[in-house]
Amino acid sequence: MPLLEVERLTAGYGEAVVLEEMSLSVDDGEGLAVLGRNGVGKTTLMLAIMGHARRLSGSLRWQGTEIGGTPAYQRARMGLGWVPQERDIFPSLTVEENLLVAGRPGAFGLKDAYDLFPRLKERRRNMGDKLSGGEQQMLAICRTLMTNPRLLLLDEPFEGLAPVIVEELEATLRRLRAEKGFATVIVEQHAEDALALSDRAIVLDRGKIVLEGRSADLLADFAQVRRWIAV
Amino acid sequence: MRMVRVGAGLPLLLLAVAGFFLFPEYLTLFTSLFILSVFALSYDLLQGHAGVVSLGHAVFFGTGAYTTAILARHGLAEPVLGLLAALVVSALLALVLTRIVVVGNDLTRLLVTLGVGFLMFEAANQARDLTGGADGLSDFTMGPVLGLFRFDFAGETAFFYSLAVLVLVYFFLWRLAASPFGLALRGIRENVRRMPAIGAPVRRHLATAYTISGGIAGLAGALLAQTSNFASLDMLGFERSAEVMMMATLGGTGSIPGVVLGATGLGYLKDALSAMSPKYWQLGIGIVLMLSVFVLRGGIAGAATALIRRLRERA
Repeated sequence: MPLLEVERLTAGYGEAVVLEEMSLSVDDGEGLAVLGRNGVGKTTLMLAIMGHARRLSGSLRWQGTEIGGTPAYQRARMGLGWVPQERDIFPSLTVEENLLVAGRPGAFGLKDAYDLFPRLKERRRNMGDKLSGGEQQMLAICRTLMTNPRLLLLDEPFEGLAPVIVEELEATLRRLRAEKGFATVIVEQHAEDALALSDRAIVLDRGKIVLEGRSADLLADFAQVRRWIAV
Repeated sequence: MRMVRVGAGLPLLLLAVAGFFLFPEYLTLFTSLFILSVFALSYDLLQGHAGVVSLGHAVFFGTGAYTTAILARHGLAEPVLGLLAALVVSALLALVLTRIVVVGNDLTRLLVTLGVGFLMFEAANQARDLTGGADGLSDFTMGPVLGLFRFDFAGETAFFYSLAVLVLVYFFLWRLAASPFGLALRGIRENVRRMPAIGAPVRRHLATAYTISGGIAGLAGALLAQTSNFASLDMLGFERSAEVMMMATLGGTGSIPGVVLGATGLGYLKDALSAMSPKYWQLGIGIVLMLSVFVLRGGIAGAATALIRRLRERA
């Protein structure tokens, strides 16, 4: 049974339809990359999975259970972890408080967060708004890990970050997947980065899947991916 | 604000005790300031921590006052039991009201709480048999606290009794603010959209905060009724609701010691100004309030934090 199963999902905001009859699945421990140009529905897909976009039809199943009507906070408690594009660090909470506010019992705790990114430990008394972009992203990832998810949804995690930081984050994400067996869904504009971090990939255009394949194959024949993501 | 928050409680307590020895003729005033502080702290759990405004918080204050007064009239005269009853009744009322208060945004919350306040005021006014209507209730006598300490004419018992309640409430809220629940409330204030994604049930958290806040406001009201031997309509009126918002804002909303300073500061100012000029004291309050907005960014606590930071940078 797949961990997450999306079947013929049509979703959007209000009356506007962004995703049309989309179907996909993610197995436990699997890495899926979602590629595509701006505005093709990548973020909406994440919002729909987390319960923040309007689901018009279709179904969402988590470990076999229908969650299409489940409130967003319960989805988070079931093990869906989402790192939003905006990062949304709480500015007047310290780094440590930002982590503790999300804490749920499980294998991953404060110490693990600091082991993962020692820089966060150095900054643990800093306010959330006194962090660099890279530190904010590290904090956003750890805050989601504190909820002890089984699936990690990452929305443009490398956007606006210096190449050195991107490399560090990529190495960490790879290690997390290898050691803890997280399933991940990663949405990225930088297709090569996302393909390198995943097992499988889908390419979206205008709310539909236009290309699907193993990441290694798509990397080897990148021209067909570029067709759909070139601006 | 963190620096001010940690460890400001003890000096404040020492100040209060020093006040007992230095100004023994002002014990009644001190008592009323302690009660105002409890009330302001209860309100600031909503405004300062969860970011939920209300213009009807006196409803719970008044409910607490009437609860203990009515019980005392019917023979339950032990003050601590009266307090507990007020706490429970006010908290239950808050729990019932939370459904209509917590939904919506700040503007709708202001209107709804204002409306609830007017309704409760009119209801208390009409229920003369229970509340004494416009005359209030004064035909009750409180027994000794815990059966040991009789309320004396000089107000010593009332002073320590109210101070003890203030200390307990202060400590409780201080711990609450640092708990995961307290952090979640601040998260709701800062980014309510983000909270469900980390598994936080926003409505349930707000309902819990509202219930606790209402219960503590009821404690404050009951304290006032017990120590002044009077429960009246103005205790749940609009003016008292507006006043508590002023106190929290003046003190520095979100800071527990700041709110205590705001409540005692404004309470004292009101007393001093009305003694100076019974006719024009509200003018003075108005000027202070307006000045505080422009001069004291973030209230007393905000200004103190900024000052400490500046001194450190210079050192």
